[in-house]
Amino acid sequence: MAVNRLRSVLTAPRKGETYELRAGLVSQYAWERKESIQKTIMSMTLGKDVSALFPDVLKNIATPDLDQKKLVYLYLMNYAKSHPDLCILAVNTFVQDSEDPNPLVRALAIRTMGCIRVDKMVDYMEEPLRKTLKDESPYVRKTAALCVAKLFDLNPSLCIENGFLETLQEMLADSNPMVVANCVSALAEIHETAPETRALVVTSSMLKRLLLALSECTEWGRITILTALADFRPTDTKEAEHICERVSPQFQHVNPSVVLAAVKVVFLHMQYIENQQLHATYLKKMSPPLVTLVSSQPEVQYVALRNIDLLLQKQPNILEKEMRVFFCKYNDPPYLKLTKLEIMVRIASPSNADQLLAELKEYALEVDMDFVRRAVRAIGQVAIKIEESAEKAVNVLLELINTKVGYVVQEVIVVIKDIFRRYPGYEGIIPTLCQCIDDLDEPNARGSLIWIVGEYAEKISNAGEILAGFVEGFNEEFTQQTQLQILTAVVKLFLKQPDQSQGLVQKVLQAATAENDNPDIRDRAYVYWRLLSSDPQIAKNIVLSARPQITSTIPVLPGPLLDALLPNLSTLASVYQKPPQTFLGKGRSSALQAAAIEEAAENARENPIAAAAVSAAVAGSTTQQIQNNAENLLDIDFDGAAPASMQKAPLAGDSGLEGLAGTPQRVASPMSAGAATNGGGMDDLMGMFGNSNGAPPNPMNGGGGSDDLMNGFAGLSMNGGQPPPPPTQLDGSGDRKTKEDLLGLF
Amino acid sequence: MRAFRQDMRPRLADVFRIQVISNAQIRSPILTLGSTTFSHIRNDNIYVVGVSKGNVNSALVFEFLYKLVSLGKSYFGRFDEEAVKSNFVMVYELLDEILDFGYPQNTETETLKMYITTEGVRSERAMEDSSKITMQATGALSWRRDNIKYRKNEAFVDVIEDVNLLVSASGTVLRADVNGAIEMRAYLSGTPECKFGLNDRLTLGENGADVSLGGAIGNLGGNKASKAAAGSVTLEDVSLHQCVKLSSFSNDRTISFIPPDGSFQLMTYRATENVNLPFKVQCIVNEVGKGKVEYSIAIRANYGSKLFATNVVVKIPTPLNTANTTHRTSQGKAKYEPSENAIIWKIARFTGQSEFVLSAEAELSAMTNQRTWSRPPLSMQFSLLMFTSSGLLVRYLKVFEKNNYSSVKWVRYMTRAGSYEIRF
Repeated sequence: MAVNRLRSVLTAPRKGETYELRAGLVSQYAWERKESIQKTIMSMTLGKDVSALFPDVLKNIATPDLDQKKLVYLYLMNYAKSHPDLCILAVNTFVQDSEDPNPLVRALAIRTMGCIRVDKMVDYMEEPLRKTLKDESPYVRKTAALCVAKLFDLNPSLCIENGFLETLQEMLADSNPMVVANCVSALAEIHETAPETRALVVTSSMLKRLLLALSECTEWGRITILTALADFRPTDTKEAEHICERVSPQFQHVNPSVVLAAVKVVFLHMQYIENQQLHATYLKKMSPPLVTLVSSQPEVQYVALRNIDLLLQKQPNILEKEMRVFFCKYNDPPYLKLTKLEIMVRIASPSNADQLLAELKEYALEVDMDFVRRAVRAIGQVAIKIEESAEKAVNVLLELINTKVGYVVQEVIVVIKDIFRRYPGYEGIIPTLCQCIDDLDEPNARGSLIWIVGEYAEKISNAGEILAGFVEGFNEEFTQQTQLQILTAVVKLFLKQPDQSQGLVQKVLQAATAENDNPDIRDRAYVYWRLLSSDPQIAKNIVLSARPQITSTIPVLPGPLLDALLPNLSTLASVYQKPPQTFLGKGRSSALQAAAIEEAAENARENPIAAAAVSAAVAGSTTQQIQNNAENLLDIDFDGAAPASMQKAPLAGDSGLEGLAGTPQRVASPMSAGAATNGGGMDDLMGMFGNSNGAPPNPMNGGGGSDDLMNGFAGLSMNGGQPPPPPTQLDGSGDRKTKEDLLGLF
Repeated sequence: MRAFRQDMRPRLADVFRIQVISNAQIRSPILTLGSTTFSHIRNDNIYVVGVSKGNVNSALVFEFLYKLVSLGKSYFGRFDEEAVKSNFVMVYELLDEILDFGYPQNTETETLKMYITTEGVRSERAMEDSSKITMQATGALSWRRDNIKYRKNEAFVDVIEDVNLLVSASGTVLRADVNGAIEMRAYLSGTPECKFGLNDRLTLGENGADVSLGGAIGNLGGNKASKAAAGSVTLEDVSLHQCVKLSSFSNDRTISFIPPDGSFQLMTYRATENVNLPFKVQCIVNEVGKGKVEYSIAIRANYGSKLFATNVVVKIPTPLNTANTTHRTSQGKAKYEPSENAIIWKIARFTGQSEFVLSAEAELSAMTNQRTWSRPPLSMQFSLLMFTSSGLLVRYLKVFEKNNYSSVKWVRYMTRAGSYEIRF
């Protein structure tokens, strides 16, 4: 009985979809088999596990029907990992196909072989690959070229031993531009994953060939070649001139990504040109195509705008006269509008400031809150950047206050505070500001207004009254920021009008020292108290000293970062405006890995027995931890449908988790448990805990540790800003906002 | 849907669904989770997503996604859920052909249609063809087949301009420019080499003025007015189809090319100077108290009286709490569309030099939260034949072919509304 039952489980059910498909796959009629294959693929696409049909699908591999062959190959690529042994049955067909008289079949065979990531397959790939690399048809050659990159990814040593890299390098001289482009792609990828191979080092002789292929190959090929050119460092100014000359016609290409790639090459190579006049010419040539990018599809536009933003920081005057193109359209998606605002502010100049302010005022009357706030802030930035426009800007801001829309008014107050810090002589508007004092509920706006009141206490008749109101509710204020502002403002008031406000200052100092439990506020209050009680003159010198004038409130990337980003034009890094390591995890994990190895070594010296356990855990956790935690999140419901990747992933994942909970040290620390349950801050939290956990026995983690702590805090503050987002979200705009907010705290 | 790299897990689709589609907060087309980046575009009812690791070229990713959509459209008529579902085999095939290991390959529709067809290519039958096909797919002329023959050699050139306008409430023109495109349908035998001339004077920046095209037109150093008088047009920038020899264009501004067979977009351009606005709109909008908004809108056609615009649609925004509207028009029909919060005024035929008016009233229902109305701009749509806002004209199109056949060329001009907005 039991045996029978077992057998009935083992043999496939005689009904159901799988059964029907199987029946179709072995049908004697070709059309029926083909139809069944299509159905199988369809199920596969829908996420059903049809890997049980592997042997039956495989039977259909030898077919003259190209369509059917493609489908079978597709199936193979998907399920090869789960049936590595059966894959070998297909090898023969692959090898045969790679010698088929039809180039399409040859290319298909070699392309598919590269995608079947089974070790055994790799052994058979060598010969077909060698042949197809030398194929007479360029179509096959270009496919084979990419296959080398696939093979390198699977088995680098085999790839190098067989001299495929050299073959690729020779193929850069191929007569067909597309082959050249694909060779460049493959070599560039190999070079990136393993720089020590020096797979793609552009030389002057290679340069000629690349430039030749550039004007002939497909749009995508052009991008590949242009990217390679951008990484090339010209030997002399002549060479740089030559490159710019040959690349600049690509500005007229219809594909925006080609244009961007060309802009990048010219922009980078311009630096090597000595002739300043030529410099200017290229900058001028660059601006119309950049403007044209702004009329492309919104997403492409977004990338282009972010890049323009970078370029403007390096060369502020390339788009001087083009303000109008950046005006927001009513139905532009929000991310475009915000980016356009940034750019408008950057190209603001005395000649277009009036126009810009009128436009910004329109935006400030729209309904989208983020956009409106940003527009108001932009008005302030323009006013501070361009002195001539300040008065007009202040008038616009006053008009906006009259709208009485809560968030507009608050943002206006913050902006006006900056304007006060830049230009004297606008104190006349203070009464208007003070009227809206009750509507302010955001810490930034409240803080700004309190600062203004304190700063200009002598010019405001009822400054004492206003501040008294704030002091009254001192300990009910929600944020430390406003409390500090109140404190400072009252002290300023006292120093300016000692006789009228002695009681007030006493009261606030009392509230801040005795009734407050925030150490920062207490500290500040004590400092003031002592200052005031020692010598009011000294206090005056310190508290009322003139502040350095602010010159700009437009955020600017630090020079080194900007220079690091320019070679990354049109890539993700340029969109996020962050170096690639920060959001890709690679760089950070390797830094962590280095720290971990160091840590393990240190441990080994102190405690040789525990070292083994720790090093195992560390090795498992550091690299994998970072990568996998994020990755595991992405794999939440990882199930049987993808057994292929299961083979590797759990191993790494497990060791990562064991690293957290398995070793004694880590269990002892409650923090690590917290980290494990906290899904949110993942990457950064891990970065922080990972190191501090290892540290307790030996406080040696000097530099590295504190760095990572900083990382950790960055992560924390980011998550604090936006409560629920699961893994770290690197949404460019959101992140920048928090940063700006930080900057906004005076 | 299709993984090209081993490190991409099929379940990423679910992650995308959770993180982007069902998350209203996301306001950027790019999202990075961990080290995986999702770049998405929307088309009809489907999202097309590119998933990548590493610091990819985002411009390329988006451009490729759009290319995929346009390919899908040309293959299936449209690219939506329905089309993808019923053609999934084709979609796989296409993806396989245009993308290899994550690197875009040939995406030229014409070429792809030669070997990825709905009927399927039989291996033996297509033997000799396929070697040609592969030559074609990789060759320098990847966009054109050999041995094309037509009994009648014809070329149609359509100059289509989208005119963008933004007028402020006070009536000043904030922005007026033209995005033009020259579409061509070439039915020419053999491998014809075409030369194309416009009445443009391409100024790339300031110093570009001296490299003007069309030397026939004198008056090089003239100011803007005299340029216009001389019948030349200043194009800010042009982008050219990849069949155009960019190097010869940058040398002497000649547009010479070997066209693909069938229809394609030869070039796109931008013009910002001397834009002829086809319509002048005057609108007076008054908010009478809290319960009523009065509109009085006059539109005047600025083009010659022999021309007429078709499909003119004026969209007049109304406040969100509009309860009812009444309107009178001197031409066309107006209708209140609550779903769009606007009065839609349609005029089927708008003859040149005429002027039509609409007066309307919107009654508002009382609202609890008194929020000021943001007054979105009034917008217009239209299409107008035989008129170019930029004043661009095709001066010549020459076809050279070794068989020396004569060919017939047709030129058509059209101006459409791009984003034609008037604030009030």
